Amino acid sequence: MAEKILMKGNEAIAYGAIRCGADGYFGYPITPQSEVMETLMEEKPWETTGMVVLQAESETSSINMVYGGACTGKKVMTSSSSLGISLMAEGLSYLAGAELPCVIVNVMRGGPGLGTIQPSQADYFQAVKGGGHGDYKMIVLAPASAQDMYDFVGLGFDLAFKYRTPAMILSDGVIGQMMEKVELGEQKPRRTDAEIAEQCPWAVVGKPADRKRNVITSLALESPVQEAHNIKLQAKYKEIEEKEVLYSTYRTEDAEHLFVAYGSIARICETAVDIARENGYKVGLLRPITLYPYPTKQIQELLPQLKSVMAVEMSAGQMVEDVRLAVEGKVPVNFHGRMGGMIPSPDEIYEAFVKSINK
Amino acid sequence: MKEELIIAGFGGQGVLSMGKILAYSGIMQGQEVTWMPSYGPEMRGGTANVTVILSDNKISSPILSKYDTAIILNQQSMDKFENLVKPGGLLIYDPNGITRHPERKDINICSIEAAEESARMGNLKAFNMIVLGAFLQKKPVVSMESVVKGLKKSLPERHHHLIPMNEEAIKVGMDKLVDINVL
Repeated sequence: MAEKILMKGNEAIAYGAIRCGADGYFGYPITPQSEVMETLMEEKPWETTGMVVLQAESETSSINMVYGGACTGKKVMTSSSSLGISLMAEGLSYLAGAELPCVIVNVMRGGPGLGTIQPSQADYFQAVKGGGHGDYKMIVLAPASAQDMYDFVGLGFDLAFKYRTPAMILSDGVIGQMMEKVELGEQKPRRTDAEIAEQCPWAVVGKPADRKRNVITSLALESPVQEAHNIKLQAKYKEIEEKEVLYSTYRTEDAEHLFVAYGSIARICETAVDIARENGYKVGLLRPITLYPYPTKQIQELLPQLKSVMAVEMSAGQMVEDVRLAVEGKVPVNFHGRMGGMIPSPDEIYEAFVKSINK
Repeated sequence: MKEELIIAGFGGQGVLSMGKILAYSGIMQGQEVTWMPSYGPEMRGGTANVTVILSDNKISSPILSKYDTAIILNQQSMDKFENLVKPGGLLIYDPNGITRHPERKDINICSIEAAEESARMGNLKAFNMIVLGAFLQKKPVVSMESVVKGLKKSLPERHHHLIPMNEEAIKVGMDKLVDINVL
């Protein structure tokens, strides 16, 4: 059995990157995720796997380094928190438009603006609905433990390369700063140049005489060309929606009421479910693991047995909109949220639930 | 077994590292653990606290509003956490610097003169291990053997020669604990 090590979620991101055979990390420090780059710098993977770790001069620079690295078919990533991700928004749209695989980690803190360094989930819209301009989507994974942080780096790269699209790990200050035990997997080798040339025929790796040059761009001045590109992207997103939904459930078998929550709040809701059950309420939890694609069908499948649904978030109410789209008005959809870095306790969520069904 | 505790005091008292050693000790005997620190403005001067959960089963919420045990090392933390101990729970505190002593009658209360004892040992850094000893005397949720293994894991190798001193400090804490309120 692999050794279990106590570490922060942020440290787990760093180990996940090294162990999955990532080629490069480019980042700029910001609380509450600075341990990602700190751990990479301590581990010095450039001496072992050859992975590049570079502190850029800004977030804008980081994301454009990711763009450059991704063009060559390398597994490259960055991490930041909320306001730093806002600075990357243009780059995210370009990466999606140019169909470049990469991993972006957002360890969310409270906003808007400079906000607070405490945990938040108020970047859901930014991650799932856009952030940058244009019709694009990113695959968005929501870890709920340090182990998830470790595992999702490799998973993020796998999905990103499978669909040639950016993947985001949408975490928060609780998961980033909390220490839990993490089981590290085997060290996977970085891909060789020959493997990249074979697996990524689109990559810019030097043109041999027997093929046309690869061009990576998000520019198409002729509208029919751009529309054809948009149609291709939309077909890809449809396939992702059909094939890549991930979610988990807790005590939903006989549930009459459903909590929907992701990330750290899903953990807190599990305890709230237990408290509600002790008090005689049949409550269950659905935790979306992918926020895009969203487990719409999975929520719909539970509807016949449900009397109410409550979304719980550390935001003013963002994911709840996707819950409402899934529920289509068939049962009441309630919401409980905290903002500004405040974290709801299990008791608080239970009390909000009782109030919501008795109003 | 499930133990939900908060350790709260000033930054620099070793609050976070005490929690980390306890969490690592739990891992050494196969427990599930979470360690959730305050990482806000507090850690940049002022109070620091960490929530540690040790459990035989999977841990859901790492965020709590009530605790089985509160280990309190300054007045601000006493004001904040005394009322958050579950009825029947345990409060351990160092009276050094405490101006308002705990008043609850529905919880077990103990004091440990850790600051004084660490000065007597000639090693102020032993403070947090003395406190840990006091806690383990009341609630032996992890064995001494696991703590030593936990220390080895959480201390860099260059500090491993300090482990016997830490063990001694834990024993001092176990010895010098004083019951204030016993249910």
